[in-house]
Amino acid sequence: MIDHHSVMNSPENLQRTALFDLHQQAGAKIVPFAGYEMPVNYADGIIKEHLHTREKAGLFDVSHMGQIRVSGSNAALLLETLMPIDIVSLQPGQQRYGLLLNAQGGIIDDLMVARIGENEFMLVVNAACKINDFNHLNNQLGSRLQLEMMPHQSLLALQGPAAAQVMQRLGQELTDMGFMSVRKLQVKGITCWFSRSGYTGEDGFEISVDDDHAVEIAETLLADDEVKWVGLGARDSLRLEAGLCLYGHDITDQTTPIEGNLLWAVSKARRRGGERVGGFPGDDIILPQIPKQVSKLLVGLSPQGRAPIREGAIIEDIEGNEIGRQIARQIGAVTSGGFSPSLGKPICMGYVDIKHSAENNVLNAVVRNKRLSINVSKLPFVARNYYRPT
Amino acid sequence: MSTRYTDDHEWAREEDDLVVVGITDYAQQQLGEIVFVEPPDLDRELAKGEDAAVIESVKAAGEVKAPVSGIVVAVNESLADAPEKVNEAPDGEGWIFKIKPSDSSEMASLMDHAAYSSLLESLA
Repeated sequence: MIDHHSVMNSPENLQRTALFDLHQQAGAKIVPFAGYEMPVNYADGIIKEHLHTREKAGLFDVSHMGQIRVSGSNAALLLETLMPIDIVSLQPGQQRYGLLLNAQGGIIDDLMVARIGENEFMLVVNAACKINDFNHLNNQLGSRLQLEMMPHQSLLALQGPAAAQVMQRLGQELTDMGFMSVRKLQVKGITCWFSRSGYTGEDGFEISVDDDHAVEIAETLLADDEVKWVGLGARDSLRLEAGLCLYGHDITDQTTPIEGNLLWAVSKARRRGGERVGGFPGDDIILPQIPKQVSKLLVGLSPQGRAPIREGAIIEDIEGNEIGRQIARQIGAVTSGGFSPSLGKPICMGYVDIKHSAENNVLNAVVRNKRLSINVSKLPFVARNYYRPT
Repeated sequence: MSTRYTDDHEWAREEDDLVVVGITDYAQQQLGEIVFVEPPDLDRELAKGEDAAVIESVKAAGEVKAPVSGIVVAVNESLADAPEKVNEAPDGEGWIFKIKPSDSSEMASLMDHAAYSSLLESLA
């Protein structure tokens, strides 16, 4: 009955974030995740935490993620040699979604690149990739730029439609701070870096603060009636509803940005006809794939029934042959799948053969040797609600 | 005979000549919010310990094994629309299926309440 692997707690050598004690006090169920003991959910459970984030504001501890400061002359141009995005024209106070690429055009990691000064950047990378990412940056750019891992910097995410009101009640008027902008703020006299971004599809902020003040910032936010802790379980269902990729699952070093349906993350300035075309790893593979010259594509998938269809489920096409029998063949696989609390039904993302990637195509997913109908579906499943000042 | 338990956290309760099967409160707590139950097919012959039903929570999928051998004679149809009953009343309205047992001695080989309570204590 019980999957003991997911239940097992506290193997050795796991790290704790500065907020660990707060999680325990809040009744968190702690699981090992990317080398840390992290809260998968609190007493309310994943569904309530998920819905609370969609209705009010959820507070997430994402301090396991890597924060890397990069500085030095020509930092923008040098970072552009590793990623297919326009960093040169990124204004101080703005951030952009980036992809570290390998020579085959595969994705080493996805990350946020914030310009905090003319020659100073802050990168936020995935927890499980952070050592590799740092080594990669260091190997490629270490002789020309200063690179600093910030292991004593916590990261909180305040996400949901009430997030801006919560900050307003703390005396922070942020109406001129649009989606994907960053700025340094003093909250109760504590220096924090705020970015208006997140991983839920909602308006909100990611807040970088030193470990010594993380508890105070978290408690200050939690003192607001509309703010509740939300764990990694709901973080996953929120990002899946919002159609946001999970690294290592939906995108990997075996998938290119174009296959991962991330053309928007290849800046126009770096495409053919742009000001600085190419010049990133795998450009010879990625640029000819634009717009969709690929054999497989990441799509949304909506199961027709109530059974959740999970990562790894094979996707089959069905084609009738001359004697009326049906012959199925694998044309893809699910890379993320679960239950959508907002929609009350299962949702998935996965790769399918480009020929079968049109919206509303009906395919089969193989679950426990049964074939369940699944439709190619528009992403996101739940509309994103980002803040853009008018 | 009262309710018996497996070390996989199923319960089995004799009801006339049938055995009703569900998962324990501990099991539903570990799984978290249950969103789907796939019961066994009616008339299926199950061997003791065989995977019989699947329970999917928000977090994970888990198998319900047959606590005793026998033939499936009823499934809890109401779980199709209300799988959360397994969370709310795991040992009552959240029952999953009923078996007509083929070996009446198997029930006695399962844990009684005291033995199961000690198992839970050892897991705490």
